[in-house]
Order: sequence, then C-alpha cells, then structure tokens
Amino acid sequence: MNLQISLLALVQLVLYALLAPLVAGWIHWVKAKLQNRCGARIFQPYRDLYKLFNKEARMAHTASQLFRASPYIVFTATLLAASAVPLLSINLPTAAIADIIAIAGLLALSRFFLALAGMDVGTAFGGMGASREMLVSALAEPAMLVAVFTLAMTAHTTNLASLVGFQLTETFVLRPSFMFALAALVLVAIAETGRIPVDNPSTHLELTMIHEAMILEYSGRHLALMEWAAQLKLLLYGTLLTNVFFPWGIAQDLSLTSLAIGLLSLIAKLLLLGIILAISETVLAKMRLFRTPAFLNLALLLGLLGMLSHVILEIGV
Amino acid sequence: MNELLITVFTPMAATLILATVRQLKWAGWLNLLASTAAFVASLFLAFRVAKTGPLTAMTFRVDDFNVYLIVLTAFVGMTSAIFSRPYMQYVCETGKINKKGMQLYHSMYQAFMFTMLLALSTDNLGVLWVAVEGATLATVLLVSLYRTAEAIEAAWKYFILCGVGIALALFGTVLVYFAAQHTVADGTAGMTWSVLYTGASKLHPSIMILAFVFLLIGYGTKVGLVPMHQWLPDAHSEGPTPMSAVLSGLLLNVALYAIVRFKMLVDGSLTLSSKPHMAGYLMMGFGLLSFLVAGLFLHRQRDIKRMFSYSSIEHMGLMTFAFGLGGPLATFGALLHMLVHSLTKSAIFVTVGHAAHIAGTQSIDHIRGLIRTQPAVGWALLFGVAAIAGFPPFGIFTSEFLLLTATMESQPWFTLPLLMGLAIAFAGLFRNLHPMVYGTAPKEQQPVQANMIPITVHLLLVLWLGLSIPGFLAVWLNRATELIAGASLL
Amino acid sequence: MNLELVPMLQQIMLVLASMVLLISFILMDQVRLVAAIHTFAWQGALIAAITTIVAISEGHMHLYFSALLTFTLKALLIPWMLHRQVRKLELDHEKEALEHPVIASMIAVALVIFSYWLVLPIVQQELIFTRNVVAISLAVVLIGFLIMVVRKQAIAQVLGFMSMENGLFLAAVSATSGMPLIIELGVAFDVLVAMVLFGIFFFQIRESIESLDVDRLNHLSESEKE
Repeated sequence: MNLQISLLALVQLVLYALLAPLVAGWIHWVKAKLQNRCGARIFQPYRDLYKLFNKEARMAHTASQLFRASPYIVFTATLLAASAVPLLSINLPTAAIADIIAIAGLLALSRFFLALAGMDVGTAFGGMGASREMLVSALAEPAMLVAVFTLAMTAHTTNLASLVGFQLTETFVLRPSFMFALAALVLVAIAETGRIPVDNPSTHLELTMIHEAMILEYSGRHLALMEWAAQLKLLLYGTLLTNVFFPWGIAQDLSLTSLAIGLLSLIAKLLLLGIILAISETVLAKMRLFRTPAFLNLALLLGLLGMLSHVILEIGV
Repeated sequence: MNELLITVFTPMAATLILATVRQLKWAGWLNLLASTAAFVASLFLAFRVAKTGPLTAMTFRVDDFNVYLIVLTAFVGMTSAIFSRPYMQYVCETGKINKKGMQLYHSMYQAFMFTMLLALSTDNLGVLWVAVEGATLATVLLVSLYRTAEAIEAAWKYFILCGVGIALALFGTVLVYFAAQHTVADGTAGMTWSVLYTGASKLHPSIMILAFVFLLIGYGTKVGLVPMHQWLPDAHSEGPTPMSAVLSGLLLNVALYAIVRFKMLVDGSLTLSSKPHMAGYLMMGFGLLSFLVAGLFLHRQRDIKRMFSYSSIEHMGLMTFAFGLGGPLATFGALLHMLVHSLTKSAIFVTVGHAAHIAGTQSIDHIRGLIRTQPAVGWALLFGVAAIAGFPPFGIFTSEFLLLTATMESQPWFTLPLLMGLAIAFAGLFRNLHPMVYGTAPKEQQPVQANMIPITVHLLLVLWLGLSIPGFLAVWLNRATELIAGASLL
Repeated sequence: MNLELVPMLQQIMLVLASMVLLISFILMDQVRLVAAIHTFAWQGALIAAITTIVAISEGHMHLYFSALLTFTLKALLIPWMLHRQVRKLELDHEKEALEHPVIASMIAVALVIFSYWLVLPIVQQELIFTRNVVAISLAVVLIGFLIMVVRKQAIAQVLGFMSMENGLFLAAVSATSGMPLIIELGVAFDVLVAMVLFGIFFFQIRESIESLDVDRLNHLSESEKE
C-alpha cells in the first residue's frame, strides 16, 4: 500500500512535468484561434523541447559554472514546488510538505538562480531582465503572502492539502475574503508567470521583456530546461488557483474511480483556465514597466482587503 | 399649535413667494414683514408654552429649552431683516450684485430662517439633520453672492467642510437610531427625541458614546469648534453682512442646540456605566480648545469681519465648555450666554456692515476714525466690542461671571485657562478697536445713512440683561436649566 | 460569529458590502475622471442591491421604495448630472493621478482598521453582524473623506463627498433596516439639492480660477493678508 501511494506521488510528479508543455500549447492554440491565425498545433511545445534537447548547448566565454548549473537548479526547484501542490488527490505523501510557504520558498530559490544566471554572462539584456524580475517579485511576494494568510486564517492551516480539504468539507458559504484573495492571487500569478499585461511571453528581443531577457544567452538543453521550468510554473499557479478555490472533483481517497474523476475535472478546469487566460491576453495590452508597481499594489490591496474583510465581516468577535 | 405653525411656515411661504415673484422693490419689505410675522407668532408661542407647558404634536416639540431659542432666532431674524433691506439696496447700487442676486438673497434669507426654526422646533432627530443640512444649502449660495474669487473660495470651503461635518452627524444619528431600535417598542419612533429621552437609560451606552463622538464632530463643525472651524471666518468675511449677522447669531446656536439635545440622551444612557460624564468631557475638551485657539487667532486678523467671526468661535467654545461642564449653574450661564452673545454679535456685525460701508473696505488697517466721521456707528462699535469682551454692566459679563463661578466650583483648575483666554481675546479685540474708533479719519470719508434701530435695541437688551435679569426670563431659563441639567438653580 | 449559520441572504449582503468598500478604494485610485464617475455609479447600484436584499429578508415594503430611490439617485441621476457637467466643462479626458497613491491606499487601509476598532466596544451577540457592516460603512464614509482630502479636482472631491453619502446609506440600511421614509426622502432631497449646487459651483470656480483644481483656491488663509 505504502509503495503504491509513493508511486502515485511519483506519477503526479511526472504528470506535472508532462502536462506543463501541453497547457502552454493549449493557450497558444486558443490565442491563435482568437486572433484568426492558424497557429501551431497543441503539441508544438513538446517538439520544441525535443528539438532543443538535441541541440548542442553553447556557452558564452564569460559564463561561469553558475551559468551552467542554474538551469538544473531552476528546473528541479520548480518541479519540487509543483509536486507539492495537490494535482489529483489530497491524500499523497507529498501533502506533508505541501506547505504554501515552502512552495513560495522553492519558487523564490528558482527565481534567485534565474536572476543570477541572467546577470552571469554580463550582457546588458541579462542584467536588465534580472533587475526587472526582482522588481516584480519583490512587489508580488508580499501580495501573495497576504492573500495566502487570508486563506490560512480561515482554514487554520498553511498546508495546501488541508486547505483544499477544508474547502471540500465546509458547506457552501460565501466568503468575501476568498473573493479578494482569489483576485489578488490571480494578479500575482499573472505577474509571476510573466503573462500579459506584466510581461509578454511571446516576444523575443523587445526592450521591455523580462523573462526572455534573462534566458537570452541560453541554448540547447539549458534553454529547454529553462523553458520547461517556466511552463511548469504556469501550470503550478493554474492548479494552485483552481484547486484551492474550486476544489470540486479532486480525489479524496485513492480509489481508481475517484482518481479518474480527479484527472478529468483537472483537465476540464485547466482547459477553461487556458481559454480565460487566452481571452484576457488577447483583449489586454502589455502595460509599461513603470506601471507594474501599481498593478501589484492593487494585488496587495486586494489581499489586505481580503484579510480585513475576513477579520471584520467573518470572524467579528 | 397654530402659533407654532405660523412661526415655522411663514418663512417657508415667504421663500416660495420671493423665489417666484420678481418684484424687486417689495422684496426687502416682504422679507421684513415675514420675519416680523414669525417673531410675533413666536411670542405667542412662548406665552403659550409658559402657560401650558411643553407642546408636542405632529413631530414638533416645543419645551422650555427650545422656545427661548425660537424667540431669539425669530427676533434676530427680524432685526437683521430691518438692517438688510437698506443695506442690500446699497450693495445692489454699487453693482456688486444684480437683480437676480437680490431675488436669490431674499428668498434664501427666508429659507434659512425656515430651516433654523424647523431645526429648533422639531422633535425628530432626522428632521433636525435635514433642517441643519438645509441651512447649509440655503446659505452657501449667499456666501458666494458677490462672485469674487475669494467669495467663491469661501463658499466652496463652507460647502465642503460643512457637508463632511453634517455627513458625520448623520452617521451619528443613524447610530442613535440603531441603539434605539433594540429598546424602543415602536421601532419607527426611534428617531423621536422625546421617546428616546424617556427611555434613555435603556439605550446601549457604547453605541451612544460612539454616536456622540460623530455628532459632536459633525454638528461641532457647524458650531465652529476648532479644528473644524476653517470655514467659519471665510464664510463670515466674504458673505454679505446681514448673512454674517444671522450666521453668527443663529446658525451656530442651532448647531450647539443639537449637540446639547444629543448630550441629554447620551447622559441618560451613560448614567449607569463606568464613565457617566464622557459626553461632557468631550464637549469640555473641544470647547476649551476652540476658546483658546480662537482667542489667539483674534490677534492675527486684518479683516474686521474675520476678527469678529473668530470672536464667535471663541464664545461658542465657551458655551460648549459650559454645557459640557453640566450642573445647573453652568447650564444656566450657558443659556444666558447663548442669548446675550447672539444679540451682541448680530449687533456688532450690523455695525461692522456700516463701518465697512463708511470706509469702503473691510480691512482693519483702513478703517479709521469712525467716531469722528459718524459718531453713532463709532459709539455702537465701541459699546458692542465692550459688551462682547465681557465688560460690566453688559449681559456677557453676567453670563461669563456665572460660568467662571461654576467652573471654580466643580473644576477649579480650568478657571486659569478660562481667565487667560478671556484676557487674550480682550487684548486682541481692543488693540484693533482703538485706532478704528478713535484714529484720524481720512479726509474724504463721509457718513452714510445708517439704520441704528436694530443695533440700539440689541445693545439695550444686552445692557438690561446685564443690569438685572427680568424675573420672567430668569424663571424661563431656570426651567430650561432644569430640563437640561436635571436640577434647578433658583 | 459563525459564517455557516448566517442565512444566505445576509452572506450575499456581506459580499456586496465588501465590494462597496473595494469600490471606495478604486474610486480613490481612479485616474480618469469619467471612469471615476462610472465607478461611483456602480457603488450606488451596489447600495441599492443591498437595500433590496434587506427588503427581501425583512419584508419591509418601504425598503423596496428606498432601494428604487437609491438606485435612481445614486446610480443614475447623480452620475448623469456629473457626466453632463464634465462634458460641458470639456473635462472628458481629464486625468489626475494621485501624488502618492500607495501612501493614500495605506492610509485608507488604516482607516478601515480604525473604523473596526471604533465599533469593537459593541459586544452584544445579537448585534455582531450589524456592527460589522456598520464598521464597513464607517470605513466607506472615512475613505470618502480621504478622497476629498487627497484629490485636488473639484469634481473628484464631489465624488468623494457623494461616496461618503453612500456609506451613510449603507449604514442606515444595514444597521436599522433603513430610516423612516420621510427622513430618507428628506436626505435624498438634500443630496439632490447639494448636487445641483455643486454643479453651479463648478462653473463659478471655473470662471474664477479657470480650472477646477481646488488647490488653487488659496486666497483666504491665515498666513497671508498683507
């Protein structure tokens, strides 16, 4: 039994890694359709990754060992963080480490190395990208934590699996605080995953880019890992949002049927999320970098309002 | 009942007539006529209340406390109307306002009187709020009547500050209603003052004290309590002079009246709690602060109307302090002070209107030698300022003496700042007064046609009250004291 | 307070009340004047919705009327009047960014906490729900006040003023199931007259200083005077 559960945890890990490019491809495809383009096929990201893995990895002659190691660290940290977020079931051994603060820490670690690697080579773009990334994350992190604390105050836990369990057991209650926390986390997720309107994932060589600027010097398998990590991060935030706020369907035991239901509902939720994201990215334009602080302040404000409305309206001792 | 209806609704009818009919010649007379009618009716009303006791009907309530304010309001309204008719004609001739402005002025004057009388006579706290807010709305266009940049600025400040203040007062009123809903059997009666007053001990103390904070800040803005007083000097100095007279003499009183009414409710609900005098302490704090700050600001004024509006703030602060102090003696003194201050201050503003007319400016530095150019105005200003500064034998001396005695009795330490404040204000007034009255008059300065009746009547009344308070008035004020402080003085 | 025991209608009311608060924040940070007017209209509509919910749960007939009144006045009439004035004054593209938006929002957050702290002494169990909504409405009132302080543009200040009134309506509706109808009519009348007067003042101010930047109304102060 124990072995089985551990195996399941491993399956979830693999599933994360495999699903990530698919979600990215799906969003690309929907966006292309919305913009009246043919667009690449949904499985294109897999091919891209495959192609990159087969290519030779070139290094700048100024690059240090850090530059070489970073992709592996970034990818592993992101994958580890992702594996802690309940995907199919909340009763996995990984639930023990599914603490939201630990996840934030792992993501911060990956971001740290990403930024270091961006600066390592010493090109102008790398440095710019790194400093921008740090700006965004410095503003996004407090907003994220405040929103998360709002949830934690209601559920009395920072463990994601317990949080989802709490949501599932509670009778249906309208919570203003959850509304605000959801809105705050959506904004944070957009900023952290580098989507429009904070960063544009489909640009290359544009002065305002953030993520692309940092990984500009990478090639071959290193670039593949970096891209893959970015896709993983997107999936991670997507699952986090859907499973915490709309946990219906996630498996609470380990029977095959409930796991199947979990998988189906997960796919349905991700498809929907992808469509929403694609629509919003089609409608919105990227904003100037200097407006990003205002954007993230809004997220922080929403988080604070969530916390306040929790304290004032929901507990009210 | 009829007397009351006539008192309150004559101004309203006059408002409608003056607003619709464009008969410029008669507007001033009609204004005077309506004010006189209201005053005569109010006298009958007072007589009636003195004979048969409090009158309650149709959401009105007239008891010993407000009936004297109704008479006072109607009286000052009438005398200011006497002054305003020729004065506004002169303003019209100078071209500062046009015929439309005159029409607006007269109708809004009566609308203001209506809201004041309604606020005083109503028994419903909601109507009280609506009326006080209505008073702002009626006067705000009058403040900007001259359309100068300064006047518009003053009116905007007045509008915004009083609007904010009055909004906070509404919040307080809502909280009182909230507290009442859980105790008063008939929920809809929860805004009726007399119902609340009888059941005051059952009102939730923590809600009531919270409500009172909002009410004090809200209506206190209208009273001109520091630090919400910013609008007051501006509105007084930029508006037409008759407006300054009624604003200072009446509006501030009515706002203070509202606070005192609410204090009675709060005191009733707090009697059994751990801090029964909370409302009184709050009023004392705000009152003393206004009293001292306004006294200091008196020294810095270069505009004669601004200076006297600071003097108003000072006296309103003193009254707020006295009502906060509570007890029969202080309450009696405060009631008397309300009366004499209104009379004196409106007389002073009327005089100042003439003085500014003579000198052609409101700047203190350019008003010189009034007593030489026009002795009547010069003497009136001298006597008026002597009265307002608290010289014997004027009535303000009596009331301030009573207040000081009361303070000495219950809170001896506060006597010191009070005396200091009086001295500061006294110095501030007289150092400016002296050159204005005695200085050498500019050569081309000419006497103007001045109607001295209102000033003389007011000052004589104040003098009379200072020499001997007539028996009927003493009994009257004593009954009001009994109502507010719960104990009689005599 | 256990939220699960609160009836559904009141839960909806809590959500709407918190959204009213959110709109106050948005109103403060709204750069474009026309957008700010729309935001304000939404706030009025939310207040009307809350009134309707209270009317349904309490079954008071006069509250339906009050909801209608609020909706007409706060969501339609006043925004429409402001809109018209904005067009007449040719301020359609007027923008005014706050000088320190972050500080302003943080002060607003502090005001929310402060208003909650103010109502905390009310501890009676049956009043808790109402007390909490009163805290929210008080916060809306105070943020309206803050808007009037941080904004320099006359119309934006009026929006702050009107959003204060919204907070008062919210308090009246939630705490006391609405005031007696006659009072409510009186208040509505006062608000309407105030709005008309504000409209007159916009033109007078514009005439006098050729802008609606109220900060430039600074002739009267204690420091100058020759």
